[in-house]
Amino acid sequence: MNWHEKSLSELSQAIFAKEVSSVELTQYFLKRISQYKGLNAYLDVQEELSLRDANFADELIAKGQAGPLTGIPVAHKDVFVTKDWKSTAASKILENYLSPFDARVVERLGIRGAGMVCLGKTNMDEFAMGSSNENSAYGPALNPWNTQYVSGGSSGGSAVAVAAGLAPIATGTDTGGSIRQPAAFCGITGIKPTYGSISRYGMIAYASSLDQAGPMGKSAADCGLMLNAICGHDQRDSTSLRREPDNYLRLLGKNWSETAQLPLQGLRIGVPEEYFAQGLQEEVGQAVRAALKQFEDLGATCIPVSLPKTKLSIPVYYVLAPAEASSNLSRYDGVRFGYRAKEYKDLTQMYERTRSEGFGAEVKRRILIGTYVLSQGYYDAYYLQAQKIRRIIAQDFQTAFTICDVLMGPVAPQVAWKVGEKSKDPVEMYLEDIYTLSPNLAGLPAMSIPCGMSTEGLPIGLQIIGNYFAEAQMIQIADHYQHVSSWHQLAPSSSVTSSGGSL
Amino acid sequence: MSQTNWEVVIGLETHTQLRTQSKIFSGASIAFGAEPNVQACPVDLALPGTLPVLNQEAVNHAIRFGLAIGATIAPVSIFARKNYFYPDLPKGYQISQFELPVVIGGTVKIQLDGQTKEVQLTRAHLEEDAGKSLHDDFVGLHGEKSSGIDLNRAGTPLLEIVTEPVMRSAAEAVAYAKELHALVMWIGICDGNMQEGSFRCDANVSVRPFGQKEFGTRCEIKNLNSFKFLEESILYEVQRQIELIEDGGKVRQETRLYDPDRQETRSMRSKEDAQDYRYFPDPDLLPLHITSDMIDAIQLTMPALPSTLRSQWQESYGLSDYDVALLTQSKSTADYFIDLLKLIVADLVKPAANLMAGDFASALNRDGMDATDSPIRPSHLAQLLQRIQDGTISNKIAKDIFSIMWERGLTSPLAEQGVVDAIIEEKGLKQISDVGALEKIIDQVLAENQKSVEEFRSGKEKAFNSLVGQIMKASKGKANPSQVNQILKDKLTN
Repeated sequence: MNWHEKSLSELSQAIFAKEVSSVELTQYFLKRISQYKGLNAYLDVQEELSLRDANFADELIAKGQAGPLTGIPVAHKDVFVTKDWKSTAASKILENYLSPFDARVVERLGIRGAGMVCLGKTNMDEFAMGSSNENSAYGPALNPWNTQYVSGGSSGGSAVAVAAGLAPIATGTDTGGSIRQPAAFCGITGIKPTYGSISRYGMIAYASSLDQAGPMGKSAADCGLMLNAICGHDQRDSTSLRREPDNYLRLLGKNWSETAQLPLQGLRIGVPEEYFAQGLQEEVGQAVRAALKQFEDLGATCIPVSLPKTKLSIPVYYVLAPAEASSNLSRYDGVRFGYRAKEYKDLTQMYERTRSEGFGAEVKRRILIGTYVLSQGYYDAYYLQAQKIRRIIAQDFQTAFTICDVLMGPVAPQVAWKVGEKSKDPVEMYLEDIYTLSPNLAGLPAMSIPCGMSTEGLPIGLQIIGNYFAEAQMIQIADHYQHVSSWHQLAPSSSVTSSGGSL
Repeated sequence: MSQTNWEVVIGLETHTQLRTQSKIFSGASIAFGAEPNVQACPVDLALPGTLPVLNQEAVNHAIRFGLAIGATIAPVSIFARKNYFYPDLPKGYQISQFELPVVIGGTVKIQLDGQTKEVQLTRAHLEEDAGKSLHDDFVGLHGEKSSGIDLNRAGTPLLEIVTEPVMRSAAEAVAYAKELHALVMWIGICDGNMQEGSFRCDANVSVRPFGQKEFGTRCEIKNLNSFKFLEESILYEVQRQIELIEDGGKVRQETRLYDPDRQETRSMRSKEDAQDYRYFPDPDLLPLHITSDMIDAIQLTMPALPSTLRSQWQESYGLSDYDVALLTQSKSTADYFIDLLKLIVADLVKPAANLMAGDFASALNRDGMDATDSPIRPSHLAQLLQRIQDGTISNKIAKDIFSIMWERGLTSPLAEQGVVDAIIEEKGLKQISDVGALEKIIDQVLAENQKSVEEFRSGKEKAFNSLVGQIMKASKGKANPSQVNQILKDKLTN
């Protein structure tokens, strides 16, 4: 049985029907992980620990205590701390770091929560800083559609794991596109929910006011199932929202309007002109427009809208995120845990060497930028100014949402690029984030679903941006699309993926 | 040196450790004296993935302080990160408040040389304490002595209270610090233990020629943890700055440390090496909102303030400055007196105050106790006062009974009722007020002291007191003194 091609509900049914046990499923995925090791999707795999969890899940199933996710394997981005697996955030400075506690997301999904079995920790850009996974201290996760190409980032490892069938579903985090962009590059579905929906407790912080966890799976429905398990208030995170738990699958299969003939009749899709401006690769634009056409066939109406401050999202993001990062990463000082330089003559040198040797180039670059923009004399011009524009960007979206229900456009201007192609020019790489940054700045939910393939055979993603707490609607809309399209069902050919194995 | 030509300008920043169960942003205990690092949880250690959660009790304490000094309590205040690297600062930043503090303005009244002065406060803000570097007294993992960090103190809630530069002498600064110290203990937000670092001051000191409007360049003396050091360091620093300027030098803006052994301040770092703390709002914490309902609820739990009690007691009962000062010296003494007031009639308030300012205060002092721990409860003092008033015992006998009650109370709790009467009975201390009995004693004494009688009659008034003394002695102190006076006078002048 090709278990890696199954949806979460199919896996759950198979488990309930005793067609497969959690241990068997876990063994199946562990085997694939080792088979496709060359993709570098995982940073830490501990087979015996996964099987321990799977055994426990099987006991729950036998006792009739199983829920819809019990016994299904899951992979966690290495940004979530775990007691049993190393938590490095793909940085040398946290090499071999073991956390004394599990992140809230890990806890909620885990064997004592939803009952899922952890397969291991997935590769990422160091401290979630990057758009290609090339900033991992442990080498990039490679795109399973063509291993010459990047997986996207920062949640590249999770995207690769799901796309290559090395996990049925995975967790990711998204600060400026880190779930949506690798999901688009690898042809899977990913959701960044409304800021504050999922506790950040146990997430290694990059930029606290932007960081948000989310699911990365094969379909909108799979992602919704995981969201149900990980959303909710947590008193250990002061920015976590106090809201009644939502059922993100409650609108699945329902028509947008109860009285309408077509499933999405009445849905107003805003199409921001700025998302189709110069710089958008032609093939990507075509695929996105074709998808919009299909939404129209489903009954939706497309309305041109404008998000005039879209361009400013890049400078605003690259001031605010590094500012927060420069402070969040101060704790990696070699004093209490993690890497410490081997040789130093005094305290200052210990700090300097530890951090110079422990952090990678992009992390150091952002710490420098962040330190600079917070410095006396520059704070008002950079940090304060960026905060003001951030509010204007959020306002832009609210204006757009007065005339439409959701926004749609590309996730990224291009498909995945070749490994090494953009790593020399950081600014060129920053420009790739243009469509994904503003939802983070506004705190809005946004998702990526596959909507086409380039002539080179690389996936193209469609971005859906909703208003605050519109996740259930976004999943409903995406699910309708995934019933009339098959892009999300395409899988990279095993010959390509296994050539990754021989890399 | 002409100190008289120079005006001294002082502002104080006081770090007050707030009395809470747990730390300001984590659930770890803040109890003093634990083994190093046993009271440091993952949040205090700044382990990856940890987040701060504000302790509401620390906020409530800040509100209490704001109410006590008549300050504005900010409806919205912001926690900010103060970024710097130091081994005792686990996150690499301290969570503090910068642009928008929780308490704004307010005044503290001080008494100095019979004058009242108001010290204006700039602000008070909430922040977390850092850990402690230990040198040579830290035991490492393998039992060896080494330098180390104790993070038990990291995250302890502090209220930093900042004054305007309005104090003009070391004595004023000390008076302010003492008043503030008494106040924070009075309203229950700080244990006031200066040795354990619960209350420590930084003094900003400058001098300027009298009449000059601009302030002189200031130096900040850090971490003064006793009133004595506060006074000594300011006196030294003022002298140093005046000498420096008079010798043609300039004061450099810098941070200085006080060395109590050498009684001098020493430069720690100059303004040029001052760090840029890169303050910015902490994205892990929401703005702190304080509603008027929250403030009202806390107002209801506020004790009457010492200044209120003092004027109230002076007006209602005509107590002296000295008495009310003593009765409001600590909250426990004031509470004791308030309890006592409920048990006695108005005529007894003054004697009650005298008793508390006298025997009661000295007994507490002698045994190092707080009024709360006193073996003699207000009900016992009320019984004693009652027996003085109804003439059963004299003031002198009352003192003896007080001592007996104190001693017995220390061994086992005194019965609520009848303790005083029982002692009077047991020891036969009842005052002799029977005229016949008194005359008998007096006649006896007069017969035995003919010399004194003659001296009095020849005009030596002093002899009268000597005779009273003899009579009291003969009655073992039990004779009613006013009756003795009257009878003796009658007998001698007739």
